[in-house]
Amino acid sequence: MISFERVTKRYPDGTVAVNELSFTAPDGAITVLVGPSGCGKTTSLRMVNRLIEPTEGRIAIDGTDVRARPAAELRRSIGYVIQHAGLFPHRTIADNIATVPRLLGTDRRTARARAHELMELVGLDPSLAKRYPYQLSGGQQQRVGVARALAADPPVLLMDEPFSAVDPIVRKGLQEEFLRIQGEVAKTILFVTHDIDEAIKLGDKIAVLREGGILAQFDSPERLLAEPADEFVEQFLGRDRGIRRLTFYTSTGLSLQEGPVVASDTPAPSARDAALSAGTPWLLIVDADRRPLGWADPAGLPDQGPVGNARLTGFGHAFVPGADSLRAALDAAVLSPTGWAVGTDAEGRVLGVISQEAIGSAIRAAHAQASTERERAAEKAAAADESAKGEPAAEAAAGTGADPAGSDAPPSDEVPLEQAR
Amino acid sequence: MIEYLRQFFSDPRFQSGYDGIWQRIAEHCWYSLIAFLCAAAIGLPLALLTGHLGRGDGPIAALAAVGRAMPSLGLIVLLAVKIGVFNFNAALIPLVALAVPPILLTTHEGLRAVDRAVVDAARGMGMRPLQVLFRVEIPSALPLILSGLRTAAVQVVATTTIAAVISFGGLGRYVVDGLSQYQYYQVVGGGFLVVLLSVATLVLFSAISRLAISPGLRRNR
Amino acid sequence: MIAANVFDLPSYVQHSYLGLLGEQLEVSLGATAGGLLVSLPIGQACARWRLLYPPVLGLVTVAYSIPSLALFVFLIDYTGITDTTLFIALALYSLCILVPGVVDGIRTVPPEVKLAADAMGYGPARRYFQVELPIAAPTIMAAVRVATVSSISLMSIGAVIGNLGGFGQLFTTGLRSFNLSLVWLGLFSLVVLALLCDVLLRLAQRLMTPWADRRSARA
Repeated sequence: MISFERVTKRYPDGTVAVNELSFTAPDGAITVLVGPSGCGKTTSLRMVNRLIEPTEGRIAIDGTDVRARPAAELRRSIGYVIQHAGLFPHRTIADNIATVPRLLGTDRRTARARAHELMELVGLDPSLAKRYPYQLSGGQQQRVGVARALAADPPVLLMDEPFSAVDPIVRKGLQEEFLRIQGEVAKTILFVTHDIDEAIKLGDKIAVLREGGILAQFDSPERLLAEPADEFVEQFLGRDRGIRRLTFYTSTGLSLQEGPVVASDTPAPSARDAALSAGTPWLLIVDADRRPLGWADPAGLPDQGPVGNARLTGFGHAFVPGADSLRAALDAAVLSPTGWAVGTDAEGRVLGVISQEAIGSAIRAAHAQASTERERAAEKAAAADESAKGEPAAEAAAGTGADPAGSDAPPSDEVPLEQAR
Repeated sequence: MIEYLRQFFSDPRFQSGYDGIWQRIAEHCWYSLIAFLCAAAIGLPLALLTGHLGRGDGPIAALAAVGRAMPSLGLIVLLAVKIGVFNFNAALIPLVALAVPPILLTTHEGLRAVDRAVVDAARGMGMRPLQVLFRVEIPSALPLILSGLRTAAVQVVATTTIAAVISFGGLGRYVVDGLSQYQYYQVVGGGFLVVLLSVATLVLFSAISRLAISPGLRRNR
Repeated sequence: MIAANVFDLPSYVQHSYLGLLGEQLEVSLGATAGGLLVSLPIGQACARWRLLYPPVLGLVTVAYSIPSLALFVFLIDYTGITDTTLFIALALYSLCILVPGVVDGIRTVPPEVKLAADAMGYGPARRYFQVELPIAAPTIMAAVRVATVSSISLMSIGAVIGNLGGFGQLFTTGLRSFNLSLVWLGLFSLVVLALLCDVLLRLAQRLMTPWADRRSARA
């Protein structure tokens, strides 16, 4: 883990870039430093690998002060990824990736083999190994940057806005790839971004910094959205944080109705009867594989023939209960011209349908459950704090905004909500 | 023109001996080489230092301007009159002094032009300052560094010709002697050979560039 | 030697100080100006038709490597031992510096600016003179400064071939008569003149383009 202990950076002309920053980035997780320009997030990051030295305070990796070793040696044990990758233009991709292993003394053949391994890990075509950076696209270059940082298998990774310089579509792909890679390698990562959405998407813990390098809040993304510490954080999170919170609620508990789901070869009259008995305003017509074709209005069904011949309204897109979040379910319902969402399994076969209203009730229920859990966890934490005082509850202590009761809950891993992003 | 050259190459005076063509060429190459190596030995380390540290932009630009303004003939004559016309250093010192500014300037600029992100990444990965210089900055700046060296080399070859006014050897000898003896063909012959030598230097550096510069740096300008 | 007498040249120099100065200015500045006039259209052509540039650049690099003495010597056959020889040679060298300078300058004009100008209704000639040239000016002026200083200094070599070369003659006569003060005078004059021209050109550039980023055009 990476711990910041009252770290301050003051420049000779008086500017304070980082002000008494304290938090602990847990092992094997992504901790995101996010904030507006001038909040000291990049400065803080660069103090971990001593590209900048703190004026006061201490930074420790797994308990050892980063100043304990010579800087160059320290940096070889930390992966470093920056915006625009900073690839060496005069070396091939493979040689770029193999840089740190070679610095550490690995022979060329082993280092190159490792480079190939990593190219596969980050999703790069192996044929690119002999190319040069100028021949690659921005997205590809960033992947090389990540591969290069992982080459010596460092326990810690520092990333400074690595995905900001590419266009949004490429960025989305890179973010998803990155989460997949982290799933495989489980590094302790400190990630800097100015994009709060990226922070929420990628972070296991988020440190929101305000201008002047002061920590505004340090929490899980879910708790951040639920309870911003102050007005600054709330403004920084943006207007639709209520909707965005929904990504953290799973859609497993939703009860889907199967009644309105009708096969396309069903004769129209019996379909109309089914609609009446189910009491639903719409029928979902599915094909032989139970894949959705569209919605049909029972009033507009033909008198004879299979119901599949009727005029169908498109259903928008479907969601997968369990895998998708409540937000995706709500989105499917809102998008649907009928106000009903279609739930399918992973292969696209319809499981049932659910109305926007039903989803709404489910959301309220989820909220209620979440706040009860939080209260219970806070009580447990208060009790634990009293009995075991030695714990460096840094995130509860320093600067998570003005919380008079002081009942900041411990890390959200105690709140048993599934993170369905 | 061709007539003059034919006359020049067939003149028995220049076939061999101290005035022979090969002799003169060898002298010229020798003086140029020594001057070039001295200039590189002075300019390169200094520029590598300032370029790597990012200091000295102003002074180096000023030095380059003064170097350009300095008349080579003037310097050579000055030193000749002061320390003796037949003194080798009378020619060497100006040759070296005039060749240092281009090397200094281009090498410095080349290093400064290396992408800051690349240098940051190199430091962040754990390279020590000298490693950053030699493994990253110099290879990236190589196109500019070599072009500076090439300019200096060509300049040295050209200025060595002028050293002939103070009784030096080399191909300039033909020009100066030819002028004083009113033998125009000799003048042309000397000039022609010097041009050949210049072009050969250009070609040499082109080849070195092709070999030494990483293919990753060949961006189309 | 008292300052007042320093500029009184001995009679064997065959010129007065002012005469030398005049010759120096006339030939070197004239040659640079001539080179500029020729390099503007060439540079424009190279910027427009990209394929043209590499061969032109190659030619220019080779031409520049021709030692000045050799070039003077070749030209003697055609223009004799006169200032015209020096003029042509210096103009050629200026060209070698100015053509890349002009091309680089034109390339600094952002394409969006040209598009905007077209969209606003600038005709091609007006666009060239009122939009493109001003933006290219800093880079071009940097090259002009280099060419001017080089021309002033290179001209002195002309003294080797005869009674030419402006202040260069102070060197040859100084050598012949072992007159050290002549040599110093020549050096001093040339360097001061060159640096003065550099400063004046910088000033002119700043006056012409007050909006320009000074850092972009370095000698």
